[in-house]
Amino acid sequence: MKKILLALALVFSALFAFSQQTFPVNGSADVRSGQYALTNATIVVNANQTISNGVLLIKNQVIQSVGTGTAIPKGYVVVDLKGKYIYPSLIDAFSSYGIATDPSAAQRGGFGGQRQSIFTTTKKGPYNWNAAIRPETEVRTIFAIDNKKADELRKAGFGSVNVINRDGIARGTSAAVTLNDEFEHKVFLKDQTAANYSFNKGTSSNDYPTSLMGSIALLRQTYLDAAWYKGQKEEYNISLEEFNKQQNLPQIFEADGWQNILRADKIGKEFGKQYIIKSNGDEYQRIDAVKATGASLIIPIAYPKAYDVEDPAEARNVSLAQMKAWEMASSNPGVLEKAGINFALTAFGLDNTREFWANIRTAIENGLTEKQALLSVTEVPAKMLGISEKVGSIEKGKLANFLITSDNLFKSSNIIHENWVQGKRYIVNKMDVSDLKGVYNLNVDGVGSLTLKITGPSTAAIERSGADSVKTTATFARNGDWVTLNFNLKKNPKGDVRLTGYISSESPIAMKGEAALSDGTEGKWTATFREAGKEMPKREEPKPALAANGPLIYPFQSFGNEVLPKAESVLLKNATVWTNEKDGILPNTDVLLENGKIKAVGKNLAAGSAKVIDATGKHVTPGIIDEHSHIAGTGGINEGAQSVSSEVRIGDIINSEDVNIYRQLAGGVTTSQILHGSANPIGGQSQLIKLRWGKLPEELKFAGADGFIKFALGENVKQSNFGSGQRFPVTRMGVEQTFVDAFTRAKDYEAALKVKGNNVRRDLELDALVEILNNKRFITCHSYVQSEINMLIHVADSLGFKINTFTHILEGYKVADKMKAHGIAASTFSDWWAYKFEVAEAIPYNGKIMHNVGITTAFNSDDAEMARRLNQEAGKAVLYGGVPEEEAFKFVTLNPAKMLHIDDKVGSLKAGKDADIVVWSDNPLSIYAKAEKTFVDGVLYWDIDKDAQKLKQQQVERARLIQKMLDSKNKGGRTQRPMGMTSTLYNCETASDYSNGFEAIQTEEGGHHHE
Amino acid sequence: MLTLFLALAASISAFAQANISPAKAQAKKVILLGGVVHTGNGQVINNGYVVFEKGKITGVGDATTVKFATNDGELINVNGKHIYPGFIAPVNTLGLVEYESVKATLDFQEIGSLNPHIRSIVAYNTDSKVPATLRSNGVLMAQIRPSGGAISGSSSIVQLDAWNWEDAALKTDDGMHVSWPATPRFRGGFGGRMAFSPESLAERTQNAILELNSFFTEAKAYNEGAKPAETNTRFAAMAKLFKGEQKLYITANTQKDIVAAVNFAKKFNITPVIIGGSDAYLITDFLKQNNVPVIVKQPHALPNNIDDDVNMPYKNAAILYNAGVTVAVSIDDFWQQRNLPFMAGTVATWGLDKEKALQTITLNTAKILGVDKTVGSLEIGKDATLFVSTGDALDMKSNKIEKAFIQGRDINLDNLHKQLDKKFSDKYGIK
Repeated sequence: MKKILLALALVFSALFAFSQQTFPVNGSADVRSGQYALTNATIVVNANQTISNGVLLIKNQVIQSVGTGTAIPKGYVVVDLKGKYIYPSLIDAFSSYGIATDPSAAQRGGFGGQRQSIFTTTKKGPYNWNAAIRPETEVRTIFAIDNKKADELRKAGFGSVNVINRDGIARGTSAAVTLNDEFEHKVFLKDQTAANYSFNKGTSSNDYPTSLMGSIALLRQTYLDAAWYKGQKEEYNISLEEFNKQQNLPQIFEADGWQNILRADKIGKEFGKQYIIKSNGDEYQRIDAVKATGASLIIPIAYPKAYDVEDPAEARNVSLAQMKAWEMASSNPGVLEKAGINFALTAFGLDNTREFWANIRTAIENGLTEKQALLSVTEVPAKMLGISEKVGSIEKGKLANFLITSDNLFKSSNIIHENWVQGKRYIVNKMDVSDLKGVYNLNVDGVGSLTLKITGPSTAAIERSGADSVKTTATFARNGDWVTLNFNLKKNPKGDVRLTGYISSESPIAMKGEAALSDGTEGKWTATFREAGKEMPKREEPKPALAANGPLIYPFQSFGNEVLPKAESVLLKNATVWTNEKDGILPNTDVLLENGKIKAVGKNLAAGSAKVIDATGKHVTPGIIDEHSHIAGTGGINEGAQSVSSEVRIGDIINSEDVNIYRQLAGGVTTSQILHGSANPIGGQSQLIKLRWGKLPEELKFAGADGFIKFALGENVKQSNFGSGQRFPVTRMGVEQTFVDAFTRAKDYEAALKVKGNNVRRDLELDALVEILNNKRFITCHSYVQSEINMLIHVADSLGFKINTFTHILEGYKVADKMKAHGIAASTFSDWWAYKFEVAEAIPYNGKIMHNVGITTAFNSDDAEMARRLNQEAGKAVLYGGVPEEEAFKFVTLNPAKMLHIDDKVGSLKAGKDADIVVWSDNPLSIYAKAEKTFVDGVLYWDIDKDAQKLKQQQVERARLIQKMLDSKNKGGRTQRPMGMTSTLYNCETASDYSNGFEAIQTEEGGHHHE
Repeated sequence: MLTLFLALAASISAFAQANISPAKAQAKKVILLGGVVHTGNGQVINNGYVVFEKGKITGVGDATTVKFATNDGELINVNGKHIYPGFIAPVNTLGLVEYESVKATLDFQEIGSLNPHIRSIVAYNTDSKVPATLRSNGVLMAQIRPSGGAISGSSSIVQLDAWNWEDAALKTDDGMHVSWPATPRFRGGFGGRMAFSPESLAERTQNAILELNSFFTEAKAYNEGAKPAETNTRFAAMAKLFKGEQKLYITANTQKDIVAAVNFAKKFNITPVIIGGSDAYLITDFLKQNNVPVIVKQPHALPNNIDDDVNMPYKNAAILYNAGVTVAVSIDDFWQQRNLPFMAGTVATWGLDKEKALQTITLNTAKILGVDKTVGSLEIGKDATLFVSTGDALDMKSNKIEKAFIQGRDINLDNLHKQLDKKFSDKYGIK
């Protein structure tokens, strides 16, 4: 094979063969010094320096000198590059070049991936317990030259790439190589450029992690494990050993999308790391937040294709956000530049590397400067990877990695002629040293005197004046110095005249050779240069202009705002006010909001500078608080691979762009507790959010609130209705012991941590349980039947922890006295039952009974749809059991606030509390009530009238974008077929697999189900 | 394990509502006097009366214009209360399932895709604990249908107070249920990889439509010709449909699917009923021109598309009604049917007058199901299937059913939930 390669290289373009010092030679040695002098070129040394009429000397793959007027030493091959440009070859900081992909990888994880109950790694040897942590992977040990891919990349102008094995969460080290295709031994620029990470477990066959938050937790724990490993003597672990060694390298994180940039950066900051982050090109959507991370970025220039929107019915399947992303994607590099972010551009993610230049030019048309473009594909990646001393610019001592181009690299008419990599010359588009264009005197034996006009690389015309005057086109071809010409003069002679010959003189150009006429006679021909042709001035194709881009919206989603709304001073005048305080429901009362807080509740309040809203006939209430919600999350809300997953945090995966935030504001919801699902007895840490539509994920978080955690009991944790049945526990008996074991370990752990000089491994799972034991984290436990409720109360008593809330708690009415005695709150459904066996005796009177026994009782949603109507669910407490209206409404406001420990801030209308307020058209417990206005912190996020306007504006914006897509299609732009997409919906039972960037959700599509 | 499970199930059903018996036939005339009579046909009589005898309504009118003799039957004063026709819950699996996650209790979906021979009525379980929880909210009748596959089989219409399915049946095999093959939709982040291309999904859908078409075509030919030597029970089960003795219900949601489904049915000279119809509001002209009624499924739903009006599912039925389409509303699943009244309430909130909204769960439903001669409104000659609520029955805040009659029979409004409420309220000594 190696022989064939060498032979090929020699035949095609090799000018010298690389000599491998340590390898024996079969035959006579062929050592060449590769001495070249490239003259008369415009040399772009780097983005800041250009030399006209320069000379580049190279020897043995290294640049010897760059300058003008350089004396060319003897023994150098001179290449005249008059009119040509020399640029440094491009560098791609993110590539999978030279890595063979495991064909079986596609079978694992991802869509339809079934959990196999593989709890620990199947890899033999002293490696990490979880196969997604594979820092022992070194690209330098698995890299092999891939000729086909190298050729593709070189044609696009790349000279070196950083090779990453894109597999796993801790992926090991990458290596920088050139795209020279001779020997692996030659191409390495740096054997370990960076340590690599992602959120994607890749080919790992372990069940854990199944979710994005699980990936985050695993990475976090790995940092802690590695720190512990350093100080221990009990075990040898290659993975942790390597992980520690790699900490001084640059750290590259593949985290697609701006939200994942923020997530990755947050982990990095926790452990004192500044990641270089490879993202997906949507950073323009939140450029300030991206900039604030301080991270250098690697950005693809793959843009979404336009959707085929010719059919209006199909076009409905394309969302506004998808259309806007199509429109704005190519402005991303320019936006990054303006923000002053250090970024490299990568060809990674392109369907075809050939699209690279077209997309770069589109980015330039949309705000990226040529200078930055060049920096981002040369010096920036070189610096990121620590290979600046070798590549990235054309300077003495650096590798001879450069491009020869016909023009400015970024012009659409530019042609890359040659790409030299380590002094080896690769022809991309053949460069003809002399240009044959011009007018010639042509003499052909047996034909006579003609005029030949060569107008292009393969176009020519023949003219004869005088008696047999004729004008005709000729086919013309050139191959190096060989030329062929073929034409037909119709008469004198009849038939084709075929000429073949060679360039006999370069200056002035002359050609000669053999002629063949159609009657069989043969002769000679000559052509001598007469004058330059009258060249048509070359027009730079004016780019067919598409209309300007629309505005950015926050969030980047339907119903987003161009400008984030601000807190207003508002006086709600003359309403029926549900205070949830001892005043009860007050008729004809005013509420004054100021600086995000309630300033006053009372009659005839003075407005001052506040905007007055006449609320006569309206009902004003505190905002609804949903104790049990799964909206605004991403990458799965169940980490169900293990029975205990207290290390995972919903707070890590808040998705601020979920349209359900807006939809729920439309139902009067202002605060939601986002819970882990119920796949395991000890689930993950909860996140309380306020529905601040348009703010960043971190800004949605309810500041200063106590931390909570989700526990679960019953059929789901036993995996009665799904799963492999291999994971402990499968009975309610086993569920008890899961808790006993976990808390017993947590206590031992806490004690061990207190011993001076310990080297106890920090365990995030147990840390959370220790917090519970110390009343620093509080439990919301999913529960159904009385036996298990009773059981957990006993376990808690015996191990010394408290249960804050039972959620679902559909048989709470059977043990209400016990719950009351333990001060446990209840958050239940109003009327759900019969959806599985453990709710056979769930009754809609449950809320009423628990309330009447004296338990703090709430109704929750666990459902993105029902959450919009929690006020009606509260109304069912009136229907089933006649709970007084004032108390019933507290089921979805003050009572959940109490059980979430936030009733000092929200849940009632009192001066000093947060201005989280809803204006209803009717009694809020009634089916006829509409939420007309919803304020969070005094900010009007939902307004039924403004919503109507927004819908109209959205129609206009959609129409504009559809027209633009049609224009793009008509101009030859590629399109994709629209596909129906809805927002991801989770409930407790949603089991998902987050891998390969795709979330496969294993619930019935379109169903309206509960857990 | 299985025995343990069975024992558990048995112990529960043994306890459950064994003391709730179907009511005896109406013995004497009943006069409901005073109160607001919501007739179900869009009328309301503020101080009205309803009289019924031998299970049929014999009088409805303005109470201020008549006098009733106190010895002439049972006179019930309902002053200040509301009288409604019994609500009808169409297209659901009530009585075909007891616990969604327990396979042994699931009787609504057969194997295979083309099952016109499947009949729901024979599996309808009158001893299910669920129907009694519906009656106490005013839902007194239901259309029980099989589901799954392209042709799911025949539904039947039942009343909810019966000893067995024969007693329960108001109309057996009233309609054939078809699910229009729809292109699946996806959830998930943008840019995620799809397991199937849009093209392959479209092809799959197209093939399913072709299969449905050839089945209908062959079934029609089968039933028109002389009886072939080899009987095909599936084809034979389609006879009533082609003769016009059975309705055709097609579940379709997007505008394209609805149009395709209606045009498909028209080829066989059938005017179908569209079930679901979440995008029906976009093509009201088409539906009206073709005289196609719609049973809107689950108004309490999230919008189909991210860009849609967040309240669109609430508004859909009202838009259809106001455009002149005959529309009824329904709700998913089985136990949820007790929330049907509040679906009509939602329709009223989002664009219809309350009496018109009421029609979408009473007279319109009866019309669409083809049983409006006997039920659906308070009109002389119809079944005395009706109830009295102390307040507005479309609103959960005021729905409180005091009395209900099915075919004149004074039914027991107790149910499992009320019994468990009583049992544990007694334990704690609370009300």
